[in-house]
Amino acid sequence: MSETVTSAPRAPAGRPDLEGIAASWKAARGRAARRVVICAGTGCIANGSLGLFEALRERVAAEGLAVEVALDYEDSSHKDLLLTKSGCQGFCQVGPLMVVEPDQILYVKVRASDLPEIVETTIKGGGIVERLLYRDPVSGEAKRGKGEIAFYAGQDRRVLSACGLVDPEDLGEYIARGGYLAARKALYDLSPEEVCAEMQASGLRGRGGAGFPTGRKWELARRQAEAEKYIICNGDEGDPGAFMDRSVLEGNPHSVIEGMLIGARATGARVGYVYVRAEYPLAVKRVRSAVEAARAAGFLGKGVMGSGLDFDIRVMEGAGAFVCGEASAMVASIMGGRGMPRPKPPRTAERGLFGKPTVVNNVETLAQVPTIILEGAAEYRKTGTELSPGTKTYALTGHVANTGLIEVPFGATLREIVFDIGGGILGRDGRPDDEAFKAVQIGGPSGGCLTAEHLDVPMDFDSLGEIGAMVGSGGLVVMNDSTCMVQMARFFMHFTQNESCGKCVPCREGTRQILALLDDIIEGKADESTLPLIEELCVNVADSSLCGLGASAPSPVLSMLRQFRPEFEAHVRGKACPTGQCPALTPIAIDPAKCIGCGMCARSCPVGAISGERKQAHRIDPAKCVKCGACVEKCKFNAIARGAK
Amino acid sequence: MTTTVGSEARRFEAVLSILDRYERDSTRLIPILQAVQEEYRYLPEEILTYVAVALDLSPAKVYGVATFYGHFSLEAKGKYVVKVCDGTACHVKGSGPLVEALRKELGLEGKRKTTADLLFTLETVSCLGACGLAPVMVVNEEVHGLATPEAAVAILREIKAREGGKGETK
Repeated sequence: MSETVTSAPRAPAGRPDLEGIAASWKAARGRAARRVVICAGTGCIANGSLGLFEALRERVAAEGLAVEVALDYEDSSHKDLLLTKSGCQGFCQVGPLMVVEPDQILYVKVRASDLPEIVETTIKGGGIVERLLYRDPVSGEAKRGKGEIAFYAGQDRRVLSACGLVDPEDLGEYIARGGYLAARKALYDLSPEEVCAEMQASGLRGRGGAGFPTGRKWELARRQAEAEKYIICNGDEGDPGAFMDRSVLEGNPHSVIEGMLIGARATGARVGYVYVRAEYPLAVKRVRSAVEAARAAGFLGKGVMGSGLDFDIRVMEGAGAFVCGEASAMVASIMGGRGMPRPKPPRTAERGLFGKPTVVNNVETLAQVPTIILEGAAEYRKTGTELSPGTKTYALTGHVANTGLIEVPFGATLREIVFDIGGGILGRDGRPDDEAFKAVQIGGPSGGCLTAEHLDVPMDFDSLGEIGAMVGSGGLVVMNDSTCMVQMARFFMHFTQNESCGKCVPCREGTRQILALLDDIIEGKADESTLPLIEELCVNVADSSLCGLGASAPSPVLSMLRQFRPEFEAHVRGKACPTGQCPALTPIAIDPAKCIGCGMCARSCPVGAISGERKQAHRIDPAKCVKCGACVEKCKFNAIARGAK
Repeated sequence: MTTTVGSEARRFEAVLSILDRYERDSTRLIPILQAVQEEYRYLPEEILTYVAVALDLSPAKVYGVATFYGHFSLEAKGKYVVKVCDGTACHVKGSGPLVEALRKELGLEGKRKTTADLLFTLETVSCLGACGLAPVMVVNEEVHGLATPEAAVAILREIKAREGGKGETK
């Protein structure tokens, strides 16, 4: 094969007429008086949005309205309604979500029974169904559209700007919003060197966790004198509590494909892989269909966009191994092997897939690329901080009033995210209670904990690194004061222990031992040596593991120990769990006011710790009790509870 | 009624067409095993050996890959695979009690994941990416968000009733 990639761009004759496609899409769109967008992200589908879509389609058709569900460019007749599905709109918690345009109305928690009223009032009449609007949880005020809702108003949605608006299966709409202009610019107006230089100037850092500069990675791959190169989109979003990559792949797959196409131009890759977690069946489906649409349009395949570059994309489903998020492990997995990392150097950009130079970029990173190329690095750098330019998406979950997918500039503070966008903390009873704030876990099983003292730290790669946390993939799990930090430390250690690939002894065995020690604490078997031993093991595992999984596995434990040492010590020395979450450390007692003395509990107790006269209140002997909880289950009068005084 | 020989032949027919679909390309072992598992609902040992020979790989290599990845199962799974998410968000919102309630409902003890009648398999998974609806449970492809132990048990009972109504599952 000839070195087509670095040759001069072809004459403008081959340039695809994106403006023409955009114009015909807009003309077709203009023939519909209204558009209803129903969220078809994983969250809203779980709440029944697909059934809602079909029901609405039937309802409007039965009313004799002209409705279409896919734009027909040829059909020039007037339509009353264009009905489409979108990817995740972010506010999963109040789904199914429905947006009405051009009225800019957002309806939440829409049920099939609401449809007749929506059709009558909004679609026919142009009015608003007040009761379906989102209500501010504090003021109770009804909010008309996304612009008025604090959850959305506090954000700066760029990567996510089209997610939740566009029809992910409609290439025309992506183009109408300026899509593929950047790819065309990269193919026709810029040389590979210029694309790499622009990326380096933008300061874009990888969103997968480590924050490595994307432009440098591309430049390194570009310089490799091999004819065969690869680009991989890493969509193996394994961090529990993170779902931004899923949302981008589901909601705007073409932005990722365009990013890969620009990457192919920059590095000379001929084949791309999108590696998606198999837990995300909808993302797999949407990416597959977007790749097919792009191929049909001539944006992938031989001579993409009429240029001399050959580039095609394959979609591969992961098979359930967290470690495959590591670049060299992912490469091994794509080649059909066990996903185990290998020592570096050489980096995958030098020697990766099939021994050839391979660039591995995260989904969100690639989705940022088209904007950078189109608008330029200088424009991009206007957002974010000096060393962490741009925006970052976060999955905001846990004990927070508004959960969902958000995007803010780097440098935004945790306070803005949790209290302004997130709407504050939910207490034990599930009601708003900002006093109940305990911590935010960031960066998943590689990250750390942030507490009240970190609320005003700017969130960027370097500031978070300084306080022992990391941006990671961007999962933010908010925890209230009912959360036991020893249990959380155990949760993450259990995760990494389970996902350790087994190649390095310190990671494989070390995580197992740390987990066993944490179990000792939870079961009340720990002594004075336990915490120092955990710390020593953590340092050893971090220092002597090959890849990022092992190197960062101790981070959550160390971070929690640092922030919540008294809580750990209460478990170890006082044999008590302050939050009452560790059964073995939580006393069980009988409420004499509720106990009728039936004796069921005494009969169920395996150690004979319960005594009492018939029809008199019983009592538990704490010296004998093993806290198994059998009596709590047996009592029909709810007289026995854990943690009771 | 087909003879045993006939059904054995049919059993291998499916894997043959899968191998053809992936052009017997050994670097595509993972998609091949995924297709096999979709067809047979698990990875039967004799099929794994067959795949190894067909791809010119050692059975040990194929077995190594099959046991490395969490999605592959060497044991038959139930007709309904119930996955309870135990990602961070689901964990802090109470996926533990959810799993306990389901295990009790299905009568699963110790390390058993699949019911004796092969109707249900109960698994916990790391994260399903639907954290906004935590805790989440998935039955085959159907996602149920904001699950409570009571609601989850009700879903299983509904399936049991439906399956029971269709005749004896023996």
